[in-house]
Amino acid sequence: MSAVEATPAVRKTALNAVHRQMGGRMVEFNGWDMPVEYPSVGGIIAEHNAVRNGVGIFDVSHMGDIRFQGPQALAAVQHISMNDASRLAIGQAQYSAMLYPQGTFVDDVIVHRLGEDDYLLVINAGTREKDFKWVRENTGQFNCHVEHLSDDFTQIAIQGPKGVNVLQKLTDADLSAVKFYWLTHGTVCGLKNILIARTGYTAEDGFEIYVPTDESTSAMVWNKVLEAGKEFGALPCGLGARNTLRLEGRLALYGHEISDTINVWEAGLDRFIKMDKPEFMGREALEKAKAAGLRRTLVGLEMVERGIARDGYKVLADGGREIGYVTSGSYAPFLKKNIALAYVPPELANVGSVVKVEIRGQGVKAQVVPTPFYKRPKRA
Amino acid sequence: MSYPSDLKYTKEHEWIKANGATATIGITHYAQASLGDIVFVDLPKIGTEISVGKAFGSVESVKAVSDLFAPASGQITEVNGELATAPEKINQDAHESWMVKITLKDPGELNALLSAADYEKFVAEEAGNAVF
Repeated sequence: MSAVEATPAVRKTALNAVHRQMGGRMVEFNGWDMPVEYPSVGGIIAEHNAVRNGVGIFDVSHMGDIRFQGPQALAAVQHISMNDASRLAIGQAQYSAMLYPQGTFVDDVIVHRLGEDDYLLVINAGTREKDFKWVRENTGQFNCHVEHLSDDFTQIAIQGPKGVNVLQKLTDADLSAVKFYWLTHGTVCGLKNILIARTGYTAEDGFEIYVPTDESTSAMVWNKVLEAGKEFGALPCGLGARNTLRLEGRLALYGHEISDTINVWEAGLDRFIKMDKPEFMGREALEKAKAAGLRRTLVGLEMVERGIARDGYKVLADGGREIGYVTSGSYAPFLKKNIALAYVPPELANVGSVVKVEIRGQGVKAQVVPTPFYKRPKRA
Repeated sequence: MSYPSDLKYTKEHEWIKANGATATIGITHYAQASLGDIVFVDLPKIGTEISVGKAFGSVESVKAVSDLFAPASGQITEVNGELATAPEKINQDAHESWMVKITLKDPGELNALLSAADYEKFVAEEAGNAVF
């Protein structure tokens, strides 16, 4: 247990001082100094279950944002993303991804349609610069303005079944009219024209709000959201809970389930790719890959014997032959099970297949189970 | 946090409590606080020989895996089975939630370990350098 040295290159969000004041345990994540958990509120398990049962508040300002505006904004977005952005109404969002010509991932993104010719792509923290460079290099032929807005927002996620109740106390926007994966604008904490999206990365209902990035405004909003959430048991949540929440919901993390060496079919993201779109980057390679068939596929594992599968551990056939690897693995705080996502050959991907995960030299039994591991209950 | 003076400590954050030729081993309050929510403990079987300074098991929080290092050499005589189903007991009281008991090979090995006062000073310095 050695401490990680902070280097000057580590970036901070506008809420960094607030996290430290609250006793957040800070770690370096993709070049950012971020809270992994808040021991003062009970730590990862308490934070995770606050989101499942009530509401949790996350600073996700490290996420990046790229805006496309102009007559050919849609054409540019369509060219570089695999989902069909032409199906988006104004005020609607979709999960999508940017692909290399070989059909592997530049990054996964959420495409928001803000206006007639106005799209906002929310991208990962660790891939910000790479993504923006990629977008610039591949959209020059379109008549649209592409802008990197990553440092222009403090992004706060209000996640969980009570998220709507908390945010409704702070805004004049009618949140009951905003469906999941839709967005609106409204006054939030007295700040006019704030982007409010009903999106998240926790497999729960929830919102993400985009507020001005100066420290005092950011801290004001953060504190007001926490205060408004008190009656619903709101807790501040760090990256630790963010990771276990998304894992229970089988949401992909760049560098783990998806990367520049993994294609869309392998990752099982078929429903977010629209092959009936006549053209987009990566389409041709994916058509060929589909015809060639899968060599590996992403599955959910639940440990049968004692042990926790961790990122990078080997997956073995029952006989001991190496057949794949774990992309993400953890104790699942809500399900109270040891779960993992892993790449295995298709013939071992059926639910019920028994495999082993190599944990400190020992093969520990695990079973392929349906995913997502957790699905939020339908609420009235 | 006060560290009991009848225990000896390692720089890897284990404690050991000697009682004649036998001893009880666990991890410190500082270790459990650094790890966060402990969800899994992997301990050796009764009869296993452990060697001073060598890993003899592991403890896992939601986020991290950490090896357990033997504060002294000896043979395992007892394992705290309660931790298999309730590892969070270590978070609740690290100095009471023992992990294994051993028969000491050489009780003199304990002289090389830190006293409570020295350990307290050691973790204060380590915490001072930490980011959290």
